[in-house]
Amino acid sequence: MRKQIPIYFVLVSGIVMIIQYFVPSQLSDDLFTYANDWVIVIGIFALALGIWSLLKAEFRKLRDPKEIFYAGVLLVGYFVMFFSGLKRGNLEYGSFFMTIFNNILVPIQATLFSLLAFYIASAAYRAFRARTVLATILLLTAFIIMLRLIPLGGFSSVNQTAVSWILSVPNMAAKRAITMGVGLGAIATCIKIILGIERTYLGHD
Amino acid sequence: MIFWEKMMNLDRRWIYLCIAIVVIIPAIKTFKVPVATTPEVKKVYDFIEEMKPGEYFYLGIDYDPSNLAELDPMTYSILNQAFSKDLKIVIACLSQFGVGMAETRLAEVGGKYGKKSGIDYCFLGYRPYPAICILTMGVDFRVTFPLDYYGVSLDSLPIMQGIKNLMDVKGVVDITGGNIADFWITYGNGRFGYPVALGLTGVMSADYYQYLQSGQIFGLIPGIKGAAEYEKLSGFETSGLRSIPYQTLSHAVILLFIIISNIGYFATRRRMAK
Amino acid sequence: MTTIELIWYTVGVLLTLCVFSFLIKDNPFYKFAERLVAGVAAGYWTMLVFHTNFRDKVILTMQNGQWAYIIPILLGIGMWMRFSKKRSWISRYSIAFYIGISTGVSVPVYMYTAIFKQMSATIVPFDTVTSVLVIIGVLCSLFYFFFSKAHTGAFGMASRIGIYTLMVGFGAGFGLTVMGRVALLVQRVIYMKDYVLALIGS
Repeated sequence: MRKQIPIYFVLVSGIVMIIQYFVPSQLSDDLFTYANDWVIVIGIFALALGIWSLLKAEFRKLRDPKEIFYAGVLLVGYFVMFFSGLKRGNLEYGSFFMTIFNNILVPIQATLFSLLAFYIASAAYRAFRARTVLATILLLTAFIIMLRLIPLGGFSSVNQTAVSWILSVPNMAAKRAITMGVGLGAIATCIKIILGIERTYLGHD
Repeated sequence: MIFWEKMMNLDRRWIYLCIAIVVIIPAIKTFKVPVATTPEVKKVYDFIEEMKPGEYFYLGIDYDPSNLAELDPMTYSILNQAFSKDLKIVIACLSQFGVGMAETRLAEVGGKYGKKSGIDYCFLGYRPYPAICILTMGVDFRVTFPLDYYGVSLDSLPIMQGIKNLMDVKGVVDITGGNIADFWITYGNGRFGYPVALGLTGVMSADYYQYLQSGQIFGLIPGIKGAAEYEKLSGFETSGLRSIPYQTLSHAVILLFIIISNIGYFATRRRMAK
Repeated sequence: MTTIELIWYTVGVLLTLCVFSFLIKDNPFYKFAERLVAGVAAGYWTMLVFHTNFRDKVILTMQNGQWAYIIPILLGIGMWMRFSKKRSWISRYSIAFYIGISTGVSVPVYMYTAIFKQMSATIVPFDTVTSVLVIIGVLCSLFYFFFSKAHTGAFGMASRIGIYTLMVGFGAGFGLTVMGRVALLVQRVIYMKDYVLALIGS
């Protein structure tokens, strides 16, 4: 029963929400509004799960002499933000809370991802070779796209036209085919979930 | 041949050093690079430019600090353009770290034009489950956000009088680096049919030309080049146009790397075949 | 720029350099910055969610007399039972509510957005060379992904055209990805350049 009732609920609610899309009535609209509003409320509670998992793992690491320093750094960062954000007004620009956000979180997160520029240059050098016909097509297309940021005099307008054509014709066709395939897969997965064929969301006993 | 073999096995830290030197050069001696505007960016610019003072649009600031390089210039330009035209903006963030970025940008740009929260713009804050939020905002903003980011009831805000849901704004401009763009197209435009324009990172933008062609989005600002084009159109220059000389040199060097590695590959392949 | 702002800017630049040090090799400065950002991000998120979500959407709506909200609140508390070995089955009801509603809502809109709208945009208008090329590109790319039939003969040729089209798409994606990734680095360089200028200026 512990698994059956949720499966039946998914079946009924899934079918009701599909039918609701096609029924233009006030009751249908109210059902839509309340159902989605309640999902948001559940989601707010679910957000706490991630924080709890993180804190539990870090407090456990405090017992390990090798991890104690870095676990301490994480927890200090967490509690500084926690206590500085206790008052609602501290969420506004100019507060200590937002100063830490802008001067610690933003620079570090932005820099972590900026390392990718080096990795992509390294990947371009070490792996991007015209080994096959397909790799050559990929390479040439990327070459034309990357040339558009380099001023080439009279050739620039030709390159811009080529880039515009590549993005709006073959690239668009390829991505559309992928979207349609992914869309069909997503619909199939949703229907499998509604019908109870796909039950991985229930977890294990 | 030994030279090419050594080049093929070059330590990646030499490549990192080359890139580091190349991006520092324009910081010391900058130069101008012409930026050609594209129709998809112009459509977003025209959408805001053709709005009259007092008209509303929705701005989604749905990105994290990891994407701020490409998306922040777009936010700055759009906010500057909108505030200079006295447009009313409803802003929300469906990405958790977007809130801090949005609050900072609104304070900086809004402060420059003397714009006040609740009167000239309404900053709604953050909610989880972007898809569901887009659906409920299409019904009523107050269902998703009963209060704004500052804890004030939407009903008491002058800007929100007469504005019930996303159908009451002229359109949606969403600036995002994640799958929230898909949700706006699927649930926003797909379910409710309101006009959507997107500002996206370079990585994502190639995937969205299909939606531009199908009319599901009316405009697209693709990556840092799109941001630079928007700055050129709007006249509000921030880091978008400033980035282009750096981009030019970096791209030139990366293209050179590709050429060198392919020459080396063919040279060593011929030798190994012998 | 005030002295306090410059001090905080210095902190940001130093942390930026800590992260960049990873390019040489993994080191304690990088690990410090990595763990610090994880803690700060988690703390930021906790307070944001508490004030703007939990307080505004849950506590205040109950205080305003919307007693129907007790149902999603109980379901939300049920989500927390996930961590209990004995009572984790309660969380299934909460998950089932979310999954049932969101999948039901998704099916018709995905059908419209990803299938019908894309199909109609491929076929209409059918009046230029470009539109013919688009139809050929889309069909051949779809043929490539159909693995229930061997890719031989005319079908094989169509799937070959499909993979060439897909490679052009991936090449375009790669070119734009390079621009995107380089932009991330460039912004950091501009950030540090502005810091040096602010330092000189002060």
